[in-house]
Amino acid sequence: MNTTKTTHNRRSFLKTSLLSGGGMMLSVSWLSSFKSADKRQVLNLPEQWAMLNGYIQITADNVVKLLCPNPEFGQNVMTALPMIVAEELDVDWKNVVVEMGPHDNTKLGPQFTGGSNSIRMYWKPLREAGAAARHLLRQAAAQTWNVPVEEVATKAGVLSHANGKSANYGEMADKAATLEVPKDLKLKAPKDFAIVRKSKKNVEGQKIITGKPLFGLDYRVDGMLIAMIQHPPAFGMKLKSFDASQTLKMPGIKEVFSLKLYEDGFEQGGFDTRTFNDLLVVVGKTTWEVMNARKKLLAQWEPVGDTKDTMSGRGGKREVVVPGGLESTSTQLEKMQELSQKPAQQLRKDGDPETAFQHAAQVIERTYNAPFLAHNCMEPMNFFAHVTDEKAVLAGPLQAPGWIEPTLSKILNLPADKIEIQMTRMGGGFGRRAYGHYLTEAALISKKAKAPVKLIYTREDDMTYGIYRPMYTATYRAALDANKNLIAFHVKGGGIPEHAIHANRFPAGAVENYLAEGWQIPSNITIGAFRAPRSNFNAAAEQSFLDEVAEVMGKDPIAFRLELLKRAKENPVGKNNEYDPDRYAGVLTLVRDKSGWNKPGNEKYNRGVAAYFCHNSYAAHVVDIVTRDGQPYVERVFSAMDCGIVINPDAATNMVQGAVVDGIGNAFYGALTHKNGAAEQSNFHNYRLIRHNEAPKSIDVHFVENDLDPTGLGEPPFPPVFGAVANALYKNKGKRFYNQPFQNEMDKRM
Amino acid sequence: MATYNLKINGKIRQVNVDPSTPLLWVLRDHLDLPGTKYGCGVAQCGACTVHLDGTAVRSCQLPASAIGKQAVTTIEGLSAKGDHPVQKAWLEHDVAQCGYCQAGQMMSAASLLKTNPKPTDEEIDAYMSGNICRCGTYLRIKEAIKSTAKK
Ligand code: FES
Ligand code: FES
Repeated sequence: MNTTKTTHNRRSFLKTSLLSGGGMMLSVSWLSSFKSADKRQVLNLPEQWAMLNGYIQITADNVVKLLCPNPEFGQNVMTALPMIVAEELDVDWKNVVVEMGPHDNTKLGPQFTGGSNSIRMYWKPLREAGAAARHLLRQAAAQTWNVPVEEVATKAGVLSHANGKSANYGEMADKAATLEVPKDLKLKAPKDFAIVRKSKKNVEGQKIITGKPLFGLDYRVDGMLIAMIQHPPAFGMKLKSFDASQTLKMPGIKEVFSLKLYEDGFEQGGFDTRTFNDLLVVVGKTTWEVMNARKKLLAQWEPVGDTKDTMSGRGGKREVVVPGGLESTSTQLEKMQELSQKPAQQLRKDGDPETAFQHAAQVIERTYNAPFLAHNCMEPMNFFAHVTDEKAVLAGPLQAPGWIEPTLSKILNLPADKIEIQMTRMGGGFGRRAYGHYLTEAALISKKAKAPVKLIYTREDDMTYGIYRPMYTATYRAALDANKNLIAFHVKGGGIPEHAIHANRFPAGAVENYLAEGWQIPSNITIGAFRAPRSNFNAAAEQSFLDEVAEVMGKDPIAFRLELLKRAKENPVGKNNEYDPDRYAGVLTLVRDKSGWNKPGNEKYNRGVAAYFCHNSYAAHVVDIVTRDGQPYVERVFSAMDCGIVINPDAATNMVQGAVVDGIGNAFYGALTHKNGAAEQSNFHNYRLIRHNEAPKSIDVHFVENDLDPTGLGEPPFPPVFGAVANALYKNKGKRFYNQPFQNEMDKRM
Repeated sequence: MATYNLKINGKIRQVNVDPSTPLLWVLRDHLDLPGTKYGCGVAQCGACTVHLDGTAVRSCQLPASAIGKQAVTTIEGLSAKGDHPVQKAWLEHDVAQCGYCQAGQMMSAASLLKTNPKPTDEEIDAYMSGNICRCGTYLRIKEAIKSTAKK
């Protein structure tokens, strides 16, 4: 058994209290992780912070309610996180009620869905919370029955003693709430898990299949108005003037106005990214009326020119110049080509790569490109806001309420405790909903309209707004000696507006002479995190390049990677290598074995392999392509994952399968291009998403079995799909694909 | 504005809307039936799929004026207790990720199975390809449809 010190744990602090209707509540405060008292003031915390709410609530009539701290966007945290609590609490999963928690970072932790962090960050605190509650219930029973606590057993929510006494948790909850949380807690050994590692169905499954109003777009209150924003037609443009007379004549329209999102000099935090600052807003009664009336607006637009943004947050306060101009994809590609020839910033250097390349018997050099990608969450951006002079209530889909709250507080001039943010289920997120500009917009609109308002982005608004996956390029070079040994590796990556290079990732650490460089081109096209930021390009380019290098060396692509990993393990080059070579090799050998790599019986498939490490987990895929009607289709996929302990195996499998489908779709079709600043795609007729008939027939997911603390799974399986698809396509088409989306380099499929 | 008496999930519901208003927004904004989802508004994603006299249609493309006496069924009315074979299969296969597309997927699947109780993989692909799932749950949707077909 593990013992964990509750009071000395800096990350969390447990507190128990009585529920008002009888029963107990156990809270975990994250306050203790803050170092200074100032933080408390900055956060504007109420004195009695720990008494208000918590993860675990057990009522006197034995209802066990577990709160999910993190917003749900399909990664199934609403099931997995409560499973962790229930495991240590020892309750019957059937009797557990799960609810989305309120936004309260002091009681429910960071509450951020992203970076594949939910499980990793909450694993320990939630286990502690469950174990502490169980201990207190046992102690309450021990005192009531007058027996030593060690002799009180629990089983599925029932306390018992060998003398025949028994009680359910509810009966002891009142008393338990008055007891002190112990200093040391025993956590279960993984071999004793009864809930974790056993697949549990989505706790919201029944609501989803019956069409219950779970999503932000479904949220409504009496008297709620609908608002839409008319954005400029292109990046680099802004509102000059408008005539709303025709719009105001349309039925159901209340008002039309313009407002500024951020005042000049507003200090933007890292996730306050916004594309347009002058908002032209139409407010009316119903969605259809507002949609139609918006079309009647007569607006004049003008170029923004260079603008200065004041940024705070990571990197300190600074001014950033956003260049004006109307950008086009073709000129962006030319600019990238030009910059790629110029000196760049050195990110890591091991050995003497320059000399190694000079003396190489053979140098392989390849350049890879990838376009902007739109997230295209199935539920477009939207948010409800009701702002008055006293308070603000907001509800809708977002990934990080704690990041937008300070922004709202400043802009609305309301203290944080007067801002309530409710987290609805999200119709997808993929990183997009970490950028809360649409909450701020909704709040300002509500304030100005003096009414509860739902801001809705149409699909077109959503797709053309920006906050895209950046546009990337990278040139890889490998130096081979006369015996075809890899003696040096060089990657130089660039992008608009950032490069993707993770300099300390594989194959850094495995090659004697190594150089990583990066450069970037500023742009007014806004970008943001997109499922496995940067990794989603690196894995495509690097894993494709390694495949080609292995081929030149005359090696099997898996054997070649395993050789490099062996080197990285036994005699690592350089410092700060981010990956664990054993775990990396583990997913490769697992996928090799499960897919029957190099084994007979797979001749009808064109096979490609790739592996990658990101967001603390390891992934490898073998992709099998067949030709149907003259076109390549991914028919089968084998996936191997190492994310430590798998909390909910069937849901984890679902997520890996989804990431594989998403990867195939984006590799073949994903692209957001521009002409004179305007997005050239606006809806699903010209932005192609993968559909039923293009999905593989099977995706066979395997997990490395170990007892390591769990890490995330939303992002890690995604990046290597691109590389595996590229490598399988090479086998199918006889030529390498260097530019995404691959469909553009093939005959038209549709 | 015009008044319509629409037959929705077995009940007559009166609405007063502009004749051009798509059924999607009639359901969502006027009848408090938000189970039918908006995804694209241009017949490209299938999130808004409902049944019109038992057949799947895209409600974002169907103006209120064109419904007449035809019976509309939405996800809320697919079954009384959420136990339509398709709904049960969806639960059994734990299909949903974010879940946003799934009402539309189920309405399409129910319509497919009504006319073709034992569809082949190719028939499922052909019928379902108008329904996008951004989370990529296509394999489970197909499994769920096939398991219903077996029963
Ligand atoms: S909303 Fe009707 S098909 Fe997309
Ligand atoms: S489950 Fe998310 S779009 Fe289908």
